[in-house]
Amino acid sequence: MRYHTPTSFTDAAAIAARATGTLRFLAGGTDVLVQMRAGMVQPDDLIDLKHIPGVDKIEQTPDGGWKIGIAVPGIVLGGHAALVRDWPGVVEGMNLVGSTQVQGRATLAGNLCNGSPAADSVPGLIAAGAMVTVTGPSGSRDIPVEAVPAGPGKTNLAKGEVISSITLPPRGKNGGDAYLRFIPRTEMDIAVVGCAVSLRLDGDKIVEARVALGAVAPTVLLSEACAKAIIGTTLDDAALAALTKAAEGAAKPISDKRGTKEFRIEVAGVLARRAAKIAYDRAKGLTK
Amino acid sequence: MSKIHVTTTVNGDPVEFLADPRETLLDALRNHLDLTGTKEGCGTGDCGACSVTVDGTLVCSCLMLAAEANGKRVETIEGMAKEELHPLQRKFIEHAALQCGYCTPGILVAAKALLERNPDPTDTEVRYWLAGNLCRCTGYDKIIRAVQDAAAEMRQEHRGAA
Repeated sequence: MRYHTPTSFTDAAAIAARATGTLRFLAGGTDVLVQMRAGMVQPDDLIDLKHIPGVDKIEQTPDGGWKIGIAVPGIVLGGHAALVRDWPGVVEGMNLVGSTQVQGRATLAGNLCNGSPAADSVPGLIAAGAMVTVTGPSGSRDIPVEAVPAGPGKTNLAKGEVISSITLPPRGKNGGDAYLRFIPRTEMDIAVVGCAVSLRLDGDKIVEARVALGAVAPTVLLSEACAKAIIGTTLDDAALAALTKAAEGAAKPISDKRGTKEFRIEVAGVLARRAAKIAYDRAKGLTK
Repeated sequence: MSKIHVTTTVNGDPVEFLADPRETLLDALRNHLDLTGTKEGCGTGDCGACSVTVDGTLVCSCLMLAAEANGKRVETIEGMAKEELHPLQRKFIEHAALQCGYCTPGILVAAKALLERNPDPTDTEVRYWLAGNLCRCTGYDKIIRAVQDAAAEMRQEHRGAA
């Protein structure tokens, strides 16, 4: 195995484009090292991205959004008061990944590129409308987070392409987001179902909403139907009922050892309802 | 396969060694530096027996390559006792917060990292912070009591010093 430590994403992409064998990028490593140990993946080339300047930084963008470096670990996200104030749902999703020790290494970009439909940080990013910059041999392009996962363990990134940063849009006024997951324990588990909601209010009325569901399809889903169910409402009982139905309809899960199809469909509705209420209260400034 | 020259600081001492590119920090600590206090439980980041801090951040040393520790500051269980045992170590003995002891170094390192951030945690905060440290002997209650007792003593000392 060749261990590479490029100092720019252009160099990282060039190494990746030249590689002929098994290739892995290394950010936090909390998935890659486990896969290597299990013998699932034996990289010929491992490209450590942490020597690239800026990858450990969280910076406010000129328009008031946030640019998050691909090597920022969960514990640093959770400790960034201004980011938590703007996007509590994004941060609470990431902070549910693994233990304190795992939080010391694990990254948003890694969680996204690992391609798990149950990735806890991904619904929050999608609901927030986050974008990633993808750098490849022929330059960089920006794509929405929901365009990255292709299926369990797979992404839509082409050979030689690597995520070089994650950008959250400006939160703006009267906005709130939230992420909830169901697990049978209180900690250290993988989502049976996850749901993130981000919304904006005008007075009491929801004027913008994005709802993402995790672990109920081959990729994390962005559900238009769920958003439509609550836009234009005050999240009254009728809207919550419509949201529940929309989430149940959007969920296309499988049955596996963590939950049956029927259970996941029902829980998708429950979590959508609860996450929407939390996001609504945060948008109102009633809770943090 | 070419080896990687790693220069790092472990418990304040500058060290260097040659690492296989696939070698974890855990294996390097145990096999190159003879620091066998850091244990391998699962090797996959679930059990926390291999907990160390790197540049002050608590991590599983099995989830880091030795090469990634280049230029970093690593603290292990061997650096915890100075002239005498750390209050956490003493309280773990007093409260019998261990039986086989295999998980204990990782728990001590993790608990020390917690008390540096939060000198007065609630029981719930201790339990969540240590959720990634598995112990199959004690049932955890004695561990929580030992951490809380050590925290109380450290707060007392801190007030005495101030």
